[in-house]
Amino acid sequence: MPPSKLRDLIRQIRATKTAADERAVITKECALIRTAIREEEPEYRCRNVAKLLYIHMLGFPAHFGQLECLKLVASPRFVDKRIGYLGVALLLDEKAEIGLLVTNCLKNDMCSSNQYIVGLALSTFGSIASPEMCRDLASEVEKLLKSSNAFVRKKAALAAVRIVRKVPELVENFVPGTRALLGERNHAVLLTGVTLMNEICAISHDSLVHFRKLVPHLIRILKALQVAGSSAEHDVGGITDPFLQVKVLRLLRMLAKDDSESSEALNDLLAQIATNTDTVKNVGNSILYETVLCIMDIRSETGLRVLAVNILGRFLGNSDKNIRYVALNTLLKIVHADQTAVQRHRNTILECLKDSDVTIRRRAVELLLALVNQANIRALAQELLLFLENCESEFKSFLTTELFLVAERYSPSRRWHIDTVLRIITMAGAFVRDDSVSSLISLITQTPELQGYATLHLYQALQEDIIQQPLVQVAVWCIGEYGDLLVSGEPSTEEPPIQIPESDVLSLIESILRSPHSSVITKEFSINALIKLTTRLSAGNIDRIRNVLRFFSRSLEVELQQRSAEYSNMFIVDHLRAPLLERMPVLVSHIAEHNENEGIVMNEPEQETINPTAIAASYHAAAQAAAAAAPASFNGGGSSLLDLLDSGFGGSATPAATSFGGGAAAAGGFGMGAAPSAGAGHDMLDLLGGGFGASAPGPTAPVSQPAASSLLDIMGDFSSPVAAAPAANPATTIVAYEKNGLRITFDLSQDPASGLLAIHVTSVNQTANAFNNFVFQAAAPKSVKLTMMQPSDAHLVPGGRVVQDMQVDNPTHRPLRFRLKINFTVNQSPVEVLDEVSNFPATFV
Amino acid sequence: MAIKFFLLVNKQGNTRLAQYYDQGPQDRVSDRVVHEAEIIRKCLSRADSQCSFMEYRNYKIVYRRYAALYFILGVDSEENELAILEFIHAVVETLDRYFESVCELDIMFNLEKAHIILDEMIINGKIVETNKNQILMPLALMEKASTKS
Repeated sequence: MPPSKLRDLIRQIRATKTAADERAVITKECALIRTAIREEEPEYRCRNVAKLLYIHMLGFPAHFGQLECLKLVASPRFVDKRIGYLGVALLLDEKAEIGLLVTNCLKNDMCSSNQYIVGLALSTFGSIASPEMCRDLASEVEKLLKSSNAFVRKKAALAAVRIVRKVPELVENFVPGTRALLGERNHAVLLTGVTLMNEICAISHDSLVHFRKLVPHLIRILKALQVAGSSAEHDVGGITDPFLQVKVLRLLRMLAKDDSESSEALNDLLAQIATNTDTVKNVGNSILYETVLCIMDIRSETGLRVLAVNILGRFLGNSDKNIRYVALNTLLKIVHADQTAVQRHRNTILECLKDSDVTIRRRAVELLLALVNQANIRALAQELLLFLENCESEFKSFLTTELFLVAERYSPSRRWHIDTVLRIITMAGAFVRDDSVSSLISLITQTPELQGYATLHLYQALQEDIIQQPLVQVAVWCIGEYGDLLVSGEPSTEEPPIQIPESDVLSLIESILRSPHSSVITKEFSINALIKLTTRLSAGNIDRIRNVLRFFSRSLEVELQQRSAEYSNMFIVDHLRAPLLERMPVLVSHIAEHNENEGIVMNEPEQETINPTAIAASYHAAAQAAAAAAPASFNGGGSSLLDLLDSGFGGSATPAATSFGGGAAAAGGFGMGAAPSAGAGHDMLDLLGGGFGASAPGPTAPVSQPAASSLLDIMGDFSSPVAAAPAANPATTIVAYEKNGLRITFDLSQDPASGLLAIHVTSVNQTANAFNNFVFQAAAPKSVKLTMMQPSDAHLVPGGRVVQDMQVDNPTHRPLRFRLKINFTVNQSPVEVLDEVSNFPATFV
Repeated sequence: MAIKFFLLVNKQGNTRLAQYYDQGPQDRVSDRVVHEAEIIRKCLSRADSQCSFMEYRNYKIVYRRYAALYFILGVDSEENELAILEFIHAVVETLDRYFESVCELDIMFNLEKAHIILDEMIINGKIVETNKNQILMPLALMEKASTKS
């Protein structure tokens, strides 16, 4: 039975409705073709290969037809050969094992007396030759480069390109032949010859120097092409062979780069092209564009360079968006070499910010950012901020980061800098990078005269918007730190002072703590701010703050709970609270600080005096340090702080000097060597030191420099587990699922006040294979409200664990029941597990 | 300075011709499909008011739309984008001359001929010939030969 025609196959494929149908048709056809290949039916080979080409184009594997293609190539009929080579070029790749067979076929055909067969072999060779083939056939190609036939020569030149690219040491063999190609009249041979020269120059510097002698010759070729209508066959919109012109210009650019003599020889011609080229159509502009690139890259005269930049400036105003894009792109490339020339076009570039095409706007923004300097920062930043306000969100994070950088580098004054950064963070706070929070805070701490001003503005911004987390974090930090300036209305600037009522400040922070938009980190910032405000605001507010802290000491977030509990206890040692909460020292900017962290270890025992302000420590750490440093002051009830600490350290703390060093680092990331007599300041140093991974066994040991970022890295290393809030039920653990090496346990704890049940889900992979894309889902009856938190990870390495929190509200108190659905992939095969959990202890309903 | 791939795609996003000139993401057939789908989606989603260039991975994509057909070329960053636009037009004119006002179906049902034309214009990502008579000569001779036999 003869196989169906290609036409019928295409119709059949087009008639399919779904991708699955299409696949089925193709699989069936492939099977038929395989059978046909096995049965050796030479008359249908061509048809089968044509079908395979179609199947390959659709994106299905068709490599099994490689040998069929080779059989066609070996056929004496040109049509067979043509299809065969097409198949070889498309279906074969360099790695194919039948390389030797292909080499033989190519060699035979290169020696053919028929120019079209030779051309075919050369063209296939040029596209697929492997380094081995290149070595084997280099001499044939070299010979064909000197052929009397132009059709063969042009293809031989590109075959030679393949050879020099794959086997650079063969370059020498082709240099003489390449020179000869330049004497050609045929445009295609010239074009490919120039392409080959370009390639050789890129590989061998010696050849490049050698080819410099040909610059006058290339100039003559280019001059001839400038005459319109010199070759009707190659005319494109009134320009003679633009493709050849572009290639010659590219080669000249390469040859004249870093060479004064060639550059000088080119001056006149380039000026002529730059002034005379018709710029109505795209084709003329493509030549002009190449000319500009050439001028900017070689050692051309200053006048010519100005002309080139002006051409780009003119491009910016072109009605064709492609030309505007090219202009911006090129200006971006040359801006560092010719700042002043590009600056002149600043206003036109600013206009491009309003372009309807996002690709062009993006280029314009990049270019403007590169143009910013001390002199124009005010004006340019103004424009860019306007743009930031209205631009697509995909731009915003890039633009905010860049704006922060230029503002830092070129800001004319501190006031301007703070104003600008505040504007950015208010306008696009959701898009700034995480580290902007710390850099803005450090900027404000470094500017004492503007602290009140900045805090006031941030406070006002917060009244409008408490959703953008980075903005809220910076603002809350400043309110906590400089709350006293805020309420006193201290006139830190020329503006009339504004006094903010203390209760408003507290209400604002409370609303942030309540807001569903606030992240845990923001809440941590807020808790820190509150404890600081106990010393910044009048004493009448203390009870209000203590109430909030008390509330959060039952938070389900361990970090919030721990902070609040510990801060609450600071009131017990009240005489230490004020010094502990003193104003922060100037924070080093994050970049500088990063360098410091690179391993500078300090050994300065004389710094042991109590001076909390000298240490950029988190108050959190400070609270613990205070407790450890002054155990003697605790009697009876006061020991709760110690208890907390104890639990944090596994319950083995003694008031005597105890070194937790490395062991504690494992438990909680602390290294602490606190002799009771040592100053609080030093302990804090130690605490922090340990937190950063260095164990600090004793007061005289080297202590790593506490980095300012510890404050900002609040979550940081202090995540040691703390006993659940005193009021909560003791946790109970049940096994929810255990099969096939996956074990899922629930840690249950119930808050007696609200009745909310918190479930801490731990999934452990006990197999030797990784579980990827691990998704744990749970469903509960309608009467139960179930809130799932984010899992800690989506990948479970062998022996690894993923934790996830669930919150369950069960107002009807019916016995709990969950349906579980767990999806993951093992060895790339998906697994789905369905199960039910109802073995909850009766106490949890 | 080289062309990395040449795609011909219809308005629905179906590939009608695909030719790659360098080893790259298309090395494996499955990768190629993903890579093509992404480029095509990006091109098709662009408005007429947008320029014909976009950046994609290490390539610059230069595309041009003719009625229902998109000609999409991937080039390296050194390439002269405007000249490539002009070259796309040269390809279209050549196809037009051969198929007499070319349309999607012509290319689909004569895929091998479209490839042969392209092979006469580009070898290994470099332009060989832009003269239409020269490009179509081998194909014409081939057809003459096959009608004779």
